[in-house]
Amino acid sequence: MPLGPMFLGLGRTGVVFLAALAVAAVAVPVLNLAVPPQSAWHVPTTTVVLFGKYLCYALLALSIDLVWGYCGILSLGHGAFFALGGYAIGMHLMREIGSRGVYGNPELPDFMVFLNWKELPWYWYGFDHLWFAVLMVLLVPGLLAFVFGAFAFRSRVTGVYLSIITQAMTFALMLAFFRNDMGFGGNNGLTDFKDVLGIDLQKDSTRAGLFALSALALGAGFLVCRAIVSSKLGKVLVAVRDAESRTRFIGYRVEHYKLFVFTVSAMMAGVAGALYVPQVGIINPSEFAPANSIEAVIWVAVGGRGTLVGAALGAVVVNIGKSWFTGALPELWLFALGGLFVFVTLFLPKGLLGVLRPRAAKPAPALDDEPAVRVSEQRAAE
Amino acid sequence: MTELANSLLYLDGVTVSFDGFRALNNLSLVVGHGEMRAIIGPNGAGKTTMMDVITGKTRPDKGDVLFHGAHDLTRLDEAAIAELGIGRKFQRPTVFESHTVLDNIVLALEGPRGVFSSLFARLTGPQRDRIDEVLDTIRLGERRNELAGSLSHGQKQWLEIGMLLAQDPALLLVDEPAAGMTDAETAETAVLLRRIAETHSVVVVEHDMTFVRDLGVRVTVLHEGSVLAEGSLDQVSADERVIEVYLGR
Repeated sequence: MPLGPMFLGLGRTGVVFLAALAVAAVAVPVLNLAVPPQSAWHVPTTTVVLFGKYLCYALLALSIDLVWGYCGILSLGHGAFFALGGYAIGMHLMREIGSRGVYGNPELPDFMVFLNWKELPWYWYGFDHLWFAVLMVLLVPGLLAFVFGAFAFRSRVTGVYLSIITQAMTFALMLAFFRNDMGFGGNNGLTDFKDVLGIDLQKDSTRAGLFALSALALGAGFLVCRAIVSSKLGKVLVAVRDAESRTRFIGYRVEHYKLFVFTVSAMMAGVAGALYVPQVGIINPSEFAPANSIEAVIWVAVGGRGTLVGAALGAVVVNIGKSWFTGALPELWLFALGGLFVFVTLFLPKGLLGVLRPRAAKPAPALDDEPAVRVSEQRAAE
Repeated sequence: MTELANSLLYLDGVTVSFDGFRALNNLSLVVGHGEMRAIIGPNGAGKTTMMDVITGKTRPDKGDVLFHGAHDLTRLDEAAIAELGIGRKFQRPTVFESHTVLDNIVLALEGPRGVFSSLFARLTGPQRDRIDEVLDTIRLGERRNELAGSLSHGQKQWLEIGMLLAQDPALLLVDEPAAGMTDAETAETAVLLRRIAETHSVVVVEHDMTFVRDLGVRVTVLHEGSVLAEGSLDQVSADERVIEVYLGR
């Protein structure tokens, strides 16, 4: 796709969003590293890490909005793709520990020594290399989504039934990863990471760098989503969302379209998980918990389903709220989250973005900017 | 077999049962190239089920459904049948409500339907001309950039017919195109369909007798899943069995 039309198609909200991300990617690391801690302008490292985490959540939300907002696939299992991406990078970080583990075994991660394993399982081969782990971050969630989607969409499982089996998928993976003999650290998961590419993960500059990388990934993810939804393929997705059988009768193989977008979305969720794990320093099976996936869907609903920018915004806003609540009134957080979801569903069908951008609050405009039309009109004018 | 060879659509002995209820019972029907046919019949006569069988939504228990005398439609799915050249308009107008009128036509426009060709699709000049032509035909050119959801009922019916035109199928199946329309709209729709029938084969399912009369085409009367009578509207109206089950009610 030529770059010109792609940027023209971003719309004002999209440009503001990307600009804000670019500013944050530069300013936050600078204010953290170059400004002395005494200054009012200094951003403490804890804040950098916290917001780096939020950016990963935002990318996860974006991936959910792509399938739910534009194609009507309500996945309640996207946390699984996020966690798989996290495990893939976690495996590399475990290999990087080398002989600096508690047991000092240069060949095996600590938990394998503890379990009396003699050699590295075959599926850990290759994770010594970062490039291989990065490839797996994309391939493992992508492949799972492809196989799962191929069966589900071919059998025309839709609506609430599809949501339920995505829940079952992430729940099954959680149970599997809890088992010690799976070879992924069982209950404790993967942790005690030391460094990546020889750079200390605990250093402020590394954390600032990961923040900037997360912002970059979110921006790239947004551009990918935007390119998809503003293409004709994106229009087909919305058509599937609104009238699936009609779309079939004009000749589109609906299951292929769903499979494509579900797989792309799972890969994005995997990238989000891979950036999240080095920042929080641990990945364990609780990341597969069904509740995590549901929470992510709530972020999207709060921010504004089918708006992309709203999904990212929702993830950040809800998580800021969560951080505050779990500090101040921990026992009330889930009630607040549930209440928020009900409130948004009843009163803000277009989410926060609908409030910020009244133009988008018109009845059901999914592609409010209609970039392709503008492009074609522009061409006609030439 | 000459009948089969000359036919565009050929149904023979088609039977469909739902939980023991025979929606179609040994139905046989032949539609020729370039023909327009009206299908009438009381509620539950099997009109919509027949459309479902032809478009691949429902698999028949028994019988043959052939297109162009060669393609066995009972083995194909909806998308494959649509690509062969059978278009369908539903009873209740189904357009893509959150797309603009223009995008509805763009989506229906004849062309490759694959995932990756859609991802990189750009409208060509001739395609844009074709879209303008369709929009003029259905008189929605002025409202091309409005959301389809904001159209009136009659306009949605027309938009759906426009989508069929853009798809340019060899055979159009049109289910109650005049439902919910004013008398003036109904008459205009008949004119539009007659125009379409000049270049396409059309099967129209309809309740409205005035509308069928306006079309002035051969009529097939369905009753309890099979053909009761066939001929001009005057012929079938005179048929005693038809009067008994349908017109006389």
